[in-house]
Amino acid sequence: MAAVPQRLHLKLTVNGEEAPVSFAPYKSLLEVLREDLGLTGTKHGCELGECGACTVLLDGEPVLSCLVLALECEGRRIETIEGLARGAGLHPLQAAFADLGGSQCGYCTPGVIMTAKALLDKNPDATKEEIRRATAGNLCRCTGYLQITEAIARAAGELREEAK
Amino acid sequence: MSAAPVKRRLEVVGKARRRVDGRAKVTGQLRFADDLALPRMLHCKLLRSPHPHALVESIDVEGARRHPGVHLVLTKQDFPVPFGIMPVSIDEFPLTDHARHVGDPVAAVIAVDEQTANDALGLIQVRFSPLKTISDPEDALRNPEPRIHDYGDQGNIHRNQSYEFGDVDEALARSDHVFEDVFFYQGNTHLPMEEQATLATVEGDGKLLVTSSTQNPHYLHRQLARVLQMPGSKIRVVATPNGGGFGGKCDPANHEMVVAKAALALGRPVKICLTREEVFYQHRGRHPVLMKLRTGVTKDGRLTGMHLQTLLDGGGYGSHGPASTFYTGVLTPVTYELPRFKFEACRTFTNKPACGPKRGHGTPQPRFGQEVQLDKIAERLNMDPAELRLGIVTKPDSLTANWLRIGTTGLAECIREVVARSEWKKRFRKLGQGKGVGLACSTYMCGAGLPIYWNKLPHSGVQLLLDRSGQVTVYCGATEIGQGSDDVLATIVAEVLGIDTGEVRCVTGDTGMTPVDLGSYSSRVTIMMGNAAMQAAERVKAQLAEAAAEQLEVLPAGLVFSNGKVFDPASSRSMAFLEAIQYAEAKFGTLGAVGSYTPPRPPGRYKGSGVGPSPAYSFSACVIEAEVDANTGWIHVPKIWIAHDIGRTLNPVLARGQVIGGVYMGLGETLMEEQAFRRLPEKLSQALVHRMPSMLEYKSLTALDMPEVDVALIEDPDPNCPFGAKEVGQGPLLPVMPALANAVYDAVGVRIDEIPVTPDKVLRALELKNSGKNPRIGPERFPSVPYPEPVFVVTPQEGGDGKETKREERKRAAAAVV
Repeated sequence: MAAVPQRLHLKLTVNGEEAPVSFAPYKSLLEVLREDLGLTGTKHGCELGECGACTVLLDGEPVLSCLVLALECEGRRIETIEGLARGAGLHPLQAAFADLGGSQCGYCTPGVIMTAKALLDKNPDATKEEIRRATAGNLCRCTGYLQITEAIARAAGELREEAK
Repeated sequence: MSAAPVKRRLEVVGKARRRVDGRAKVTGQLRFADDLALPRMLHCKLLRSPHPHALVESIDVEGARRHPGVHLVLTKQDFPVPFGIMPVSIDEFPLTDHARHVGDPVAAVIAVDEQTANDALGLIQVRFSPLKTISDPEDALRNPEPRIHDYGDQGNIHRNQSYEFGDVDEALARSDHVFEDVFFYQGNTHLPMEEQATLATVEGDGKLLVTSSTQNPHYLHRQLARVLQMPGSKIRVVATPNGGGFGGKCDPANHEMVVAKAALALGRPVKICLTREEVFYQHRGRHPVLMKLRTGVTKDGRLTGMHLQTLLDGGGYGSHGPASTFYTGVLTPVTYELPRFKFEACRTFTNKPACGPKRGHGTPQPRFGQEVQLDKIAERLNMDPAELRLGIVTKPDSLTANWLRIGTTGLAECIREVVARSEWKKRFRKLGQGKGVGLACSTYMCGAGLPIYWNKLPHSGVQLLLDRSGQVTVYCGATEIGQGSDDVLATIVAEVLGIDTGEVRCVTGDTGMTPVDLGSYSSRVTIMMGNAAMQAAERVKAQLAEAAAEQLEVLPAGLVFSNGKVFDPASSRSMAFLEAIQYAEAKFGTLGAVGSYTPPRPPGRYKGSGVGPSPAYSFSACVIEAEVDANTGWIHVPKIWIAHDIGRTLNPVLARGQVIGGVYMGLGETLMEEQAFRRLPEKLSQALVHRMPSMLEYKSLTALDMPEVDVALIEDPDPNCPFGAKEVGQGPLLPVMPALANAVYDAVGVRIDEIPVTPDKVLRALELKNSGKNPRIGPERFPSVPYPEPVFVVTPQEGGDGKETKREERKRAAAAVV
């Protein structure tokens, strides 16, 4: 039986930049992002795929990074909350969450914002019902969700304006 | 010379703004406890008891100690000193040799990484000697032995108490009706999104630094000093912003003590982050409460007296239990006029994770009971439930039968508001076809009038520093748990100084840098921290005004601080706020001030009168519409109307968020959330285990389940509160549970007298209804509880002095009247 390597060395592409990293092969994408790349913006609430807090985008699709092995991510496009802002300015989703109360304790916020980004990238005209459906896997204990939905709807409007 | 008394319109207070910590939260820059890492950091894992009740006969840690990568193994013998949040319930050891629930930690491993620590846990050999499991309060009453703790009122009763304010039997005897109901409220848990985490290290100065997801760094600081037997001055506690608290991070916790001890022993940073399953074992959530209400009413719907009995399932430790026990009764007379009140409460120890404070702390349970009972009373008296309530709301500036001082109240206005907005009169008893509306009200405190440990010190302290750069930095021990604590602090300072909240830097929750604030609990932060901040800001403002007036050659009393300027309306002379700072720094030296706040002394003088008093009370009223499917029992909630008496809104975005968040949590408790337990089969251990320690199985509402919520903030500024602002974090949760139960009754005519109100209960009740039986699901009886002889206190209305009247004195007084 071939020995399992202690650490893997590979190159991930995170937020548009190449990130060489070495980690134990059993590690999840969540763990590698947080522990080996220092990107602690992505949170964890269960590490069992139940809460949505660790959502990041993999090739544009929202995934639960606690359920993805990092070694499967080589050559794929990883997007996290750290890469969302536009330089010094906030992305419309970020601004709307901050302005409209979409974020209270802020712990579920990165996961739900990334989920919303994936939705709006695909469906810029998402209705409130579609927003609720897309974010139903992101648990939040503070807001009661309404201000999250409102924030995503406002950001969607702004993004549509920008696209015009 | 005093500060300017000139009134101007509020510029910051009441305006919708981005919260001061908003940007950090949406960029992922905010550091929660588990986001922190230090060089040479080690990781800790705890070995938890698989038995609900057992003694550790022996524990062999040699295998774990020798395991590669393990640096330290700790057990009970490393922790001779116990801790506990309340001085009367110091009953927990960081690691125990007497497991009181499944999940109680008995050993800890500190290793290079979590994986290694976990592996080493499996090498620890523990021989447990199981004890009889006490599974619920009646079990605890039946079985005084084996005792879960060797302290408490008797056997497995932790707290047992009885109070009588005026002669309740006499009041009930002369009532037109006496209503007797038994209710049950199941326990549930906070389920914060952030799992608790703590990082301990020894700083360069040789002192211990404990950085933790705690709501109460001050109390943790005190308990660390106790457990580690170190002076508090050698320990610094930093509360990281909490990823949700809701009361679950109020208690000092085992894991915090363990990593602190390990970091001291090893001289290296040690971190722990609980798994989600462990968060369920840490718990400290809502107590399951069985309660009985006997309430006298007149035929025109006025209450004459109430005899309230509660029985609490406390779980394995004291936690905040002594306070929780009081809170299952003491606020009951604050909502509606209740001339006489008898309140008996008993908290039992059981072999489950300890219950403690969850949003509303002890009060949602009796509130549910009273509001459902009022619905029944209104129906019997043929009165509209809203009208009945409007006739009995408590008056402003009054004293309750149990000697609580009510200041302002907007309850009547809250009721009128939700009645109008929901078109209650068009809907109640009129919707038909499985649709209904229900109404309920509530009250909450704006901070506990007394601290958790007895002292005469301020409850909150604030320090303010200004310098020639224009920087305004405010320091306070208060803790940001998502509720907006930092934003409240910045708002109050900014409003007083006439600047923007963006100009204020908040440094909070750090016992090494910030003045003491007791913590984020009991809805105390806005009022207590706010008043302290206001005092500090007014003091600095007086200095600024004096220096600016001298330069402008005007009188300081006429100066107005507004929009980043200091100006004199009479002469139209002005200067920038920054200039005023520089002149003041030149005139007085380094600029700064402190402020502090201590609540007013409560009027009650009897033993136990310290729980319940508050500088102010908030009030809420709620209407819920429900649609009940008679085939499935499924309850759909399309809309909720809620009005909250907030005194004054500091930031409407945050206030609305707190109200909706409270409604959400209340609705989850009502419909699905349960911290429930089951017995393993006999062939296994028959252990009492958590039924569902995961987020998938512990159901909570999602974005799809959340109804529309119409929020009305009722503003009637309270003179005891900063700019009149009352609490909003806890109150709005409280009326939701009974409003929903009352709506279900309006919809399909069945009473679910217990929480949660689940489809299976609705279906069973409908079956009872269809077979002509009493269509009610709920507890059938209240057990015999050996409550003590009541402490008797004459009410304020009957000429009492706030002190206990002994039985002999009552007899003598009665004889004298005859």
